[in-house]
Amino acid sequence: MSWPHKDLLDVTQLAKADALAILNAAASFQEINSRPVKKVPILKGKSVVLFFAEASTRTKTSFDVAGKRLSADTFALQKAGSSLSKGESLKDTVLTLQAMAPDAIVMRHNASGAAAFIAQRLDCAVINAGDGWHAHPTQALLDAFTLTRRWGSLEGRTVLILGDIAHSRVARSNIHLLRLLGANVRLCGPRTLLPHAVGALGVPVFSNLDEAVRGVDAVMCLRLQLERQQAGLLPDLREYSRRFGMNQARLAKAARNAVVLHPGPINRGLEIASDLADAPESLILDQVASGVAVRMALLHLYITRKEPKE
Amino acid sequence: MSQAELVVRSALPALDPENPVDLFVAKGRVLGLHPAGAYPAPEGAKVHDAQGLVLLPGLTDVHAHLREPGQEWKETIATGLAAAAKGGFVNVFCMANTDPVNDKASVTQFMLDKALATHPRGPRLFPVGALTVGLDGKELAPLEELKAAGCRAFSNDGRPVADSELFRRAMEYASDLGVPVIDHCEDPFLAPHAGINEGAVSARLGLRGAPTAGEAIQVARDCLLAQYLGVPVHLAHISCRQSVEIIRRAKAQGAPVTAETCPHYLALTEEACEGYDTAAKVNPPLRTKDDQLALLAALEDGTIDALATDHAPHAAHEKETPFDEAPNGISGFETALSVTWELAQRGDLSTRALVSAWCVRPAEIFGLPLNRFQEGDPADFLLFDPKARWKVTPQALVSKGKNTPLTGRELTGVVRACFVAGKNVL
Ligand SMILES: [Zn+2]
Repeated sequence: MSWPHKDLLDVTQLAKADALAILNAAASFQEINSRPVKKVPILKGKSVVLFFAEASTRTKTSFDVAGKRLSADTFALQKAGSSLSKGESLKDTVLTLQAMAPDAIVMRHNASGAAAFIAQRLDCAVINAGDGWHAHPTQALLDAFTLTRRWGSLEGRTVLILGDIAHSRVARSNIHLLRLLGANVRLCGPRTLLPHAVGALGVPVFSNLDEAVRGVDAVMCLRLQLERQQAGLLPDLREYSRRFGMNQARLAKAARNAVVLHPGPINRGLEIASDLADAPESLILDQVASGVAVRMALLHLYITRKEPKE
Repeated sequence: MSQAELVVRSALPALDPENPVDLFVAKGRVLGLHPAGAYPAPEGAKVHDAQGLVLLPGLTDVHAHLREPGQEWKETIATGLAAAAKGGFVNVFCMANTDPVNDKASVTQFMLDKALATHPRGPRLFPVGALTVGLDGKELAPLEELKAAGCRAFSNDGRPVADSELFRRAMEYASDLGVPVIDHCEDPFLAPHAGINEGAVSARLGLRGAPTAGEAIQVARDCLLAQYLGVPVHLAHISCRQSVEIIRRAKAQGAPVTAETCPHYLALTEEACEGYDTAAKVNPPLRTKDDQLALLAALEDGTIDALATDHAPHAAHEKETPFDEAPNGISGFETALSVTWELAQRGDLSTRALVSAWCVRPAEIFGLPLNRFQEGDPADFLLFDPKARWKVTPQALVSKGKNTPLTGRELTGVVRACFVAGKNVL
């Protein structure tokens, strides 16, 4: 299929039709994942560099599995032990990567804008696997995919994003994508974990979780970085979990059949009560499975786009 | 009366462009300013035809970074002063955050020697000495020694003094010496060198921003100290409405404060950082339209006294990184006058305020000789072509620092000649 984008840097690049096309493609790849032999040859001979300048096991593994199931060769380049830890500039790293002539680079970096920075300088597809506090488009797409599988469509649904919005690329990407797909989005978190100009994000903001949760169809919990307490953004973590921890009692105030999501890894008992994380309302493991399918779809779309037309 | 050695013919005074004048100069000083054609040029005098060019007193930049010693790949005193001359500056103050820091006489002397060796006729260099040793904000630098070596102001620019007690003592000690203190106002905890305003753009881009309050808190502290001690302080590169309002109130109450802002705060907003454009990363950061309007009004009513460039050159590779990792700073000498001239043309700023902020007030505040085109004034002036258009490109800039968010823009106005003590240094 024809695909208009060279890179996936942020969901803001995608039109609604693009996003739906990705979710559709993911649905067909999800089917492959349920076969006894979970491998197809469609990216045979293609190479994917997994460039993770910031530690991540889940996302990297998810992309690695996705690439291998499509028969692509995947190579990991991590910060520890690479020239990155010796102070090499990102530009020089990019030039090194270019010389390896990969078909796609999946990149995680702690600087906002890093994915756009390398994409401008590389000919191959760049897929942003998270840059700083800025964007995490593949997470947003897998979350949308998970909810679409559950609901059929996001139109008219209300999703609450809960927790550390200010420092969350997951939140920024989800706010945009969920709205693009027709959902209403609300935010809830302590003032210290909201961007000062939160109004610029264009969605309602709550400081009281019991009010925020009323009538919502899904609650998307964010991971809390425990250092936020030392940084003076929070009192003790017990207080955080009392005010902003998701649990069964609070979920009871949401719409019927409401679900909870979490991008992982979870701090059990902090962002989400342990029993709720394991309950049928929890889609956390569905998100992991969706992640592989969505990333297969993305690798396929972005790599085969460059195939010469017959 | 001595005989004119130089006659500048038919220039248009910036404040009275309808009435062309002839400027007579002798021995580096102004002899007189007369209606065009009123007097013949004496025999042997050099005649400089300035038909269609605007005549301005030379500009004084009280805030620039020339990077030498220690970071010559960014700029040298030679390239910096050449860029300054091209921008119309006859006096340039260079900040102390070199390597080594300008906190001892030998460094000051080195700077002055370099300036004299490379630009014997000007622009003149005025080193700004460090207020504290190593700019560490812990102990006072030897201010008397620095003054004796030629420092004309003291500042911890770049690494503002957070300790209010130490800052107070620095102000007192410097005032004894009669040397002004320039403060970069930034609460280092609240405004952590972010290079982008805390606001809508930083929220969208996922970058940590610096709130205006981080500047304004320090502005308030300095105003309160100035009033309490009766000791002057000059506030550098003011960027926001909150600061302006505090300064206006302090001045109304008689606090001996003066302030400057920079062309980029008047011409650009935080939107210039969209797309993670590191060329627009500057400290304090570019703010909003509302802040811009407040700064323009403050220049107009004199709440902000002066303009300065905060010329901060960096090498291309240093800015070619993700936003968070890029150094702060904009290369400003060569675009400064064009940018502010355009504001005046658009009516956002009066020509009177422009001349006052670039030419008059900086010289007054820092005790430099001032050219009001009266007999005996230093013949520091420039001839500016107000119609010429030019495009900002790396090749067009003589500064080593090509880092400007104006790259690619067409600007109006070119400095055709920059005279320091009667000699064209362009
Ligand atoms: Zn400064």
